[in-house]
Amino acid sequence: MQAFSYVLAHSVAEATAILAQEGSRARCLSGGTDLIVQLREGRRRADVVVDVKGIPELNQLSFDSQHGLIIGAAVPCYRIYNDARIAAAYPGLMDAVTLIGGVAIQGRATLGGNVCTASPAGDSIPALIAHRAVAVIASPRGEREVPLEQFFEGPGKTVLQTGELLVCFKLPPPPAGFGAAYLRFTPRNEMDIAVVGCGAALVIRDGVVQDARIALGAVAPTPLLVPEAGAELIGKPLSESTIVAAAEAARAAARPISDLRGSAEQRRHLCAVLTRQALAQAAARAQSLPQPAHA
Amino acid sequence: MSKVLVSAIINEEPTEFLCEPRQSLLEVLRDVLNLSGAKEGCNNGNCGACAVIMNDVLVNSCLVLGVEAQGARITTVEGIAPKTGLHPIQQKFLEHAALQCGVCTPGFIVATKALLDRNPNPTEHEVRLWLAGNLCRCTGYDKIVRAVLDAAATLRGQASTQPEALEHPNGTAPIAEKKPDPAATVTKPRFRVIGKRPIRPDGVDKVTGRALYGADIKLQGLLYGKVLRSPFAHARIKSIDTSAAEALPGVKAVITGKDFKPAEDRVERSGEGTVNYSYLSQNVMAQDKVLYHGHPVAAVAATSVHIAEEALALIKVEYEPLPVVLDVLEAMRDNAPILLPNLRTHELGEAVGDKPTNIASHEQIARGDVEKGFAEADVIVEREFRTATVHQGYIEPQNATALWNADGQITVWTSTQSAWDEQRELSAILHVPLSHIRVIPMEIGGGFGGKLNVYLEPLAALLSLKAGHRPVKLWMQRDEVLKATGPTSASVIRVKVGARKDGVITAAQAWMAYEAGAFPGSPVSSGMGVIFAPYRLENLLIDGYDVVVNKPPAKPYRAPGGTNAAFAGESVIDELAEKLGMDPLEFRRINAVREGDRSAYGPTYGRIAYVETIEAIAAHPHYHSPLPQPSGPHARVGRGVASGFWFNWDGKSSASATVNPDGGVAFLEGSTDIGGTRASLAMQLAETLGIDYEDVHPMVGDTQTVGYNDATGGSRTTYGSGLAAYHLGKQIIEEMRARAAKLWDVPVDEIVVEGNLYRHGDKVISFKELAAKLDETGGPISVSVSIDAKGALPTFGTHVVDVEVDIETGKVSILRYTAAQDVGCAVHPSYVEGQIHGGVAQGVGWALNEEYVYDAEGHLLNASLLDYRMPTALDLPMIETILVEVPNPSHPFGVKGVGEVPIVPPAAAIANAIYRAVGVRMNVLPMNPRNVLRAMGVIERHAS
Ligand code: FES
Ligand code: FES
Repeated sequence: MQAFSYVLAHSVAEATAILAQEGSRARCLSGGTDLIVQLREGRRRADVVVDVKGIPELNQLSFDSQHGLIIGAAVPCYRIYNDARIAAAYPGLMDAVTLIGGVAIQGRATLGGNVCTASPAGDSIPALIAHRAVAVIASPRGEREVPLEQFFEGPGKTVLQTGELLVCFKLPPPPAGFGAAYLRFTPRNEMDIAVVGCGAALVIRDGVVQDARIALGAVAPTPLLVPEAGAELIGKPLSESTIVAAAEAARAAARPISDLRGSAEQRRHLCAVLTRQALAQAAARAQSLPQPAHA
Repeated sequence: MSKVLVSAIINEEPTEFLCEPRQSLLEVLRDVLNLSGAKEGCNNGNCGACAVIMNDVLVNSCLVLGVEAQGARITTVEGIAPKTGLHPIQQKFLEHAALQCGVCTPGFIVATKALLDRNPNPTEHEVRLWLAGNLCRCTGYDKIVRAVLDAAATLRGQASTQPEALEHPNGTAPIAEKKPDPAATVTKPRFRVIGKRPIRPDGVDKVTGRALYGADIKLQGLLYGKVLRSPFAHARIKSIDTSAAEALPGVKAVITGKDFKPAEDRVERSGEGTVNYSYLSQNVMAQDKVLYHGHPVAAVAATSVHIAEEALALIKVEYEPLPVVLDVLEAMRDNAPILLPNLRTHELGEAVGDKPTNIASHEQIARGDVEKGFAEADVIVEREFRTATVHQGYIEPQNATALWNADGQITVWTSTQSAWDEQRELSAILHVPLSHIRVIPMEIGGGFGGKLNVYLEPLAALLSLKAGHRPVKLWMQRDEVLKATGPTSASVIRVKVGARKDGVITAAQAWMAYEAGAFPGSPVSSGMGVIFAPYRLENLLIDGYDVVVNKPPAKPYRAPGGTNAAFAGESVIDELAEKLGMDPLEFRRINAVREGDRSAYGPTYGRIAYVETIEAIAAHPHYHSPLPQPSGPHARVGRGVASGFWFNWDGKSSASATVNPDGGVAFLEGSTDIGGTRASLAMQLAETLGIDYEDVHPMVGDTQTVGYNDATGGSRTTYGSGLAAYHLGKQIIEEMRARAAKLWDVPVDEIVVEGNLYRHGDKVISFKELAAKLDETGGPISVSVSIDAKGALPTFGTHVVDVEVDIETGKVSILRYTAAQDVGCAVHPSYVEGQIHGGVAQGVGWALNEEYVYDAEGHLLNASLLDYRMPTALDLPMIETILVEVPNPSHPFGVKGVGEVPIVPPAAAIANAIYRAVGVRMNVLPMNPRNVLRAMGVIERHAS
């Protein structure tokens, strides 16, 4: 592995100052499950590695039914799924964080890392998008917020500018009648990369779909929110035929490539299959989840 | 880069160490802190061999920087055991024989500890899910999962389940009761030791992380080496400039092809097969051409592995890319790009013509008249099959450490299946007399045929010489293992078989083309032997082609060439049975070979037991149970069967022993122990001597300390080296008789030996008592034997599998698996079962997901354990075994080789089950989701 220096940052200000000064020579280290492999294989370079796990804002994990969920960018997956309240309120996210890698990877891997790696196949991303996650970004100039579906520019590329640090994600509280799911297709049952991933979230009240969000992974250069799929569902009762229409919209929106993990046609096919299954699961959860009292 | 001081609590010890920021925690543990229990299997988070517990969380230490350990509490495998004895997890891994090579074991033990700390009562599914990040290639996970469940029960204070009495997960009778005994009519000798399940002698070191594998060696003045590999699959090397690398501080030696004198163009035996030393030499370091992506072009030794790696980046190689050929059929075409300009086809053994070619050989097996046979057939099935390149997948990467001393003596420490093959190869490649080379086999983390030949050893030796006689250690990264060490052949196989209405096969024909990789040597001839071996055939024609392509040279992989062959042959057999309206087992039984039949590949069979394996499956509840319920509306289930064959090898073995005054026997053998053979050989010696297993103390020697041994391969060790152990025992008995005679002053031939007792009239003395009197009866006893074992018998297996196919995604799941196999005599039944589990698991991986994916330029795209997709614990069910014991009359205990057969039937059995589930005959491996969807016509209908 190439040589680099290591800095353990203790505050957002300290980290963003280093990032601003070092520019592309610096990389953030949170769980390391992507960065260390990339550095070792020479796929990324860094002269300075900034460990962000010591920054309090990046380690926060808080939930209440009024304000929703805040997940620090450096919170490892296991902390998220070990919190029963969070797991119950954000089932799509729960699906994703238990699918990333194996247990030893979940002990380290973070949502911030998964999002900043910006792989089209990153498992947490379609789930976060379905849950309407917003990324909170800090820099020496201040803070800004970006809805996650607008965070990605291409494989490995994000909207983060020099000196910017991803601090946390804000997820709104789930409304009454909410259900979500993240499903992915992999040839192995674990320890695999999604051939296609699909996050779906539904709000169903009085038998009518109030809101629907469908996001796809691994079928385009970036994770993809598919509003056309949601539009097939919103304002109608959920039925076999609306689900199929949404699934077809998802298939049509996909722009997959053929690579070692799957062919374009296989991916398009799987888009429809997974969208149907994810919607069915989200709907089942919408009906069975304990609903927040305030709604 | 300057080093950082880190303090941490490691295994409850406050510890301080210095490390560079780029050093991983794994590297720090192994190289700085001497805690080499954590293993490096992939170095990128995909195998779990490096697992440690950090601040109560399970992590892969290869994905943690050493500097991140500041202030952390870390538990490694070395810290699991209490002050005395073992932790229950470790104990249960030993009792259940949950390890074979043991290289994955530290990771599993640490992961299990982390699991049971948070969930003391996990279900089988929870265990499999938790352990899915830990790969094991040897055990098929069956015994590991049992050991974990049993350890959990023990820790909860519940009664432990002994391995023999474990419940099968689907909740029926204990396994022991489930074994029908078709061999019950055969009189089986009664044994004292054989057939028991003692703990292996090397077990404690393997569950505590103390066992030293090749990469664990440390020597004074050790240098670290790295290999520069070709980014092209086919190119001429125009120039190599190493000057900048040599000038880098810390670099001690750089070598390229120029440092190698050409080796003789000579074919020598190697393992069960042969090797051409000229090709082998060109493979370990490219000369004027590179022939595959990953072909070595230079190597560096430096004071640290990171400096060596930096030096690689400074070597300038100028290539002239050449056209690439990756497919066996394309390589056979007239106008194909030529890999080896001097290669001429060996046509039925003779070099013919003077045309450059990629077809290294064409062999043929012919008998009777196939045209006549097909004319007599009522039904004929003819199909073409394709199989992908797959890898052995051992968890321990290749490694070698060498010291080329100032006196010209070379010592090599390495993980090898065959120290003596490597000694010969090193002698030929380095042009050094054989006797100047000592090969010391370290513990080996899996091989499966892939560790029979040298890769890094000659490089380490030459680097050591050039570096001024300092020892040099090299070990591969996982991508190097996949890119550049022996996979096994992709193949195209055409099969035509005809049968009469009464079920008798009238003719069988096969055309088989196997990819050899960059140099000749695919296992096509053994594939030709396997494909119809289970059947009586009067009319037979098999053509086989060995074809070079721009891929790494094929190396043996467990029953080399057999799985591809059986996939094709047994699929056609299944289809014929279906067309005839016969039960597939009954169709096989009608045509099955029996003792005295002539095999398809020539020799007449001795006491084989193929029919018994068919009958065992036919009688097993699995075969009669209703199919499992599909898990949902898109799931279809099906059941398939297939049989398999392997030749088995005997070969040369040596061993020696010393009788100690306390009656213990120090036993030195020379077969590398990959899966528990120290135990199975010690058991045979103990049985012969009539003493307890615990009184035999085995150890694996090296090329200098024990006589010649052929490779651990070809399923020969328990047979061939077992025979050596038996003869060794007989010699010890003779010596002991002489001592008893001397003690009592009576003629030797009047001493009668019964078990461990030596008698004359009413005088009796035990082995132990006699051992105590060695000093007064003539001094120590030490004996050695060297044998050329004969009489190994082929074995057969028949498997039944239930699969579920998801018709929407094409994914195939294995629901239930039962394997019946003739094992001759199960010396240590747990390890015999383990061989079957492991072979089936590898066969399932080959069948479903494993394959080399190349781009059009010949770059291997999936050179990681993540994308190569070997089965995890979550991809397999428990694997039931039926041990059919029909003894081999040529062996005193009836031993037959067991290791290879179990990988042969799975792909075919699964294909046949998929057909029963969804009505589609799969003619391609792997039967991954995409290929299944294609075969079903769901996607890519118009693609080739
Ligand atoms: S996971 Fe660390 S070496 Fe494989
Ligand atoms: S025992 Fe698990 S890899 Fe060998």
